[in-house]
Amino acid sequence: MHSVVCIKQVPDTTEVRIDPRTNTLVREGVPAIVNPDDLHALEAALRVREEHGGRVTVISMGPPQAEKALRRALALGADRAVLLSDRAFAAADTFATTHVLALAVRRIAVSHPVDLVWCGRQALDGDTGQVGPGLARRLSIPLLGYVTSIRTVDPVARRIVVERRLEEAREVLEAPLPALVTVDGAINEVRYASLPAMLRALEERIAVWGVAELGADPEDVGLRGSPTKVVRSFVPSPRRGRVQLIPGGAADPRQAAALLADKLIEIGAVRARAADTPLPDGRPAGEVERGAPGR
Amino acid sequence: MPRDVDPRDYQGVWVYVEQDGGHPAPVSWELMGAGRRLADELGVQLAAVVLGSGVATLAEECFAYGADRVYLVDAPVLADYRVEAYSRVLARLISVYRPEIVLMGATRVGRELSGAVATAVAAGLTADTTELGIDPQTRLLQATRPTFGGKQLATIVCERWRPQMATVRPRVLPMPERRHGRSGPVIREEAGLREADVATRVLERVREADRAADLERAEVIVAGGRGLREARNFALLRELAEVLGGVVAGSRAAVDAGWIGRECQVPGTRQVGQTGKTVRPRLYFAVGISGAIQHVVGMEHAAVVVAINRDPGAPIFQVADYGIVGDLFQVVPALTAEFRQRLRAAPLTAARVTRAADPAPSGEERAPRGGDGR
Repeated sequence: MHSVVCIKQVPDTTEVRIDPRTNTLVREGVPAIVNPDDLHALEAALRVREEHGGRVTVISMGPPQAEKALRRALALGADRAVLLSDRAFAAADTFATTHVLALAVRRIAVSHPVDLVWCGRQALDGDTGQVGPGLARRLSIPLLGYVTSIRTVDPVARRIVVERRLEEAREVLEAPLPALVTVDGAINEVRYASLPAMLRALEERIAVWGVAELGADPEDVGLRGSPTKVVRSFVPSPRRGRVQLIPGGAADPRQAAALLADKLIEIGAVRARAADTPLPDGRPAGEVERGAPGR
Repeated sequence: MPRDVDPRDYQGVWVYVEQDGGHPAPVSWELMGAGRRLADELGVQLAAVVLGSGVATLAEECFAYGADRVYLVDAPVLADYRVEAYSRVLARLISVYRPEIVLMGATRVGRELSGAVATAVAAGLTADTTELGIDPQTRLLQATRPTFGGKQLATIVCERWRPQMATVRPRVLPMPERRHGRSGPVIREEAGLREADVATRVLERVREADRAADLERAEVIVAGGRGLREARNFALLRELAEVLGGVVAGSRAAVDAGWIGRECQVPGTRQVGQTGKTVRPRLYFAVGISGAIQHVVGMEHAAVVVAINRDPGAPIFQVADYGIVGDLFQVVPALTAEFRQRLRAAPLTAARVTRAADPAPSGEERAPRGGDGR
């Protein structure tokens, strides 16, 4: 079984701050990480290799420094890594991105036919969730999205059976190989890299493919190959700006609470409810969170 | 590929009506409201697209929610939702009828389907938009969405490719009014696919109650953030929520930390914000939540927002109606005690408690008088 895993290096968005003076994003000094869902995709591919043999190739489109993300993948156990990097790829939207990824998967498949392509469900920075579906379409292979569990991979019958989760349903899907799987973070626990593996990964050679190596038309990649473009980025100004501060929050919380209760009841935001009014699903009110296990 | 297309070759606004076993996803009707507005601004028609098996009766609903026409593909091969089949049918309809705008719900199904379709027809697709508008000069769709983990907003356009596609999260848009008696043409199309053409099989399908629906439909939400410091402190919020008949939610920080939502199978089920849920409750408490845009886009449509935070400079106060600057560990229990006392005795009504504070509202809101000795 040969898996190709698509990973993305993203800024750790929890570390991104807004400069209150200029009201703009402070990008400097934000650590770059491997997109968390993508690590789960890699983990799933490594487990398939452990069960059925084969190899795991990791690819990433990004600037030269995205090499670091690929070394992390190598340290975790990937056999080979390819960086898809070219100035012409810059400012790609998901459409142009999937074009480059598809060219890369096809090129990889020339020497080693690909059975499974893996992506994370979505990236931390863009949050679009569009790359997996778009890539499956470009490769003309079945898409298995939001996968929470791999039930079987059958290299002989060339089939895969997975569980996946939608908002209101759980599904078991079967598809022939090759197929593309996007994984949900719940699918597995990501392993840790050992120190020797990390050191080894630093030594490995990572191929870099650009427009020339992929045989791409520069019109189809990067900004020029992107249907969408950002015309304005902004930190929104507050929409309400009419907060009524309840005094005494620090000095006398009980009085502040009483004042707030007055206000909320006065405007009808708090209404009493017959004690036996059930929630829409029939459970008594207040049970929603308490029903949670493990607390 | 339709790049550098003549935009004049593409006309009309489409809304994809997502359904499951004939049950429409409510976001479809929310989109219909927005689609109606966009179509009117452009002076074009609004069409609903319904795919499935045994779904012809949905057409009537589409008209009631504002559609001028309905494209219907009703075929056994579409009985199970499979992205492979649905995307091929939808892509073909788009190629034939050439709408300028296609809107879909940013549900899990809507996201994968839109991603596949946009790639197939070479359309521009903007995910998870929170605002849709038309530039009056260029007639382009302006789709605004949070980016960078919700730290900022970006307005995105698609100039030379058609259609312009966008997904919108459930509950971001208001539900339009349903009007009876509207009607229009239903254009029936063949699927153009046989079962043998579809490689994917659905072996099992279990419908499960969406736990997120508790949150999405809740009238009162008490949400906690980083300020809660640890999981067990959410008990404070649970008590307040219980007294008010509401539910508890968390910011991204709280959910990522595992303080809340661990029990939910779908990530983000208990999370309010861009990567979680969008909510429109009557009353929203933001407790120990700083108010990053990523969070605000998920709750700004709440009717009344109360912020409780130690930091008077926290951005959450800019979207709040009422604020208490103070220690949540003191303020929240005090609020719980206060409401418990006031809402205890008997099932009160808002009208009855208002008497002391305010002139009584008009007749029908008033609670039945007498009988409880108050």
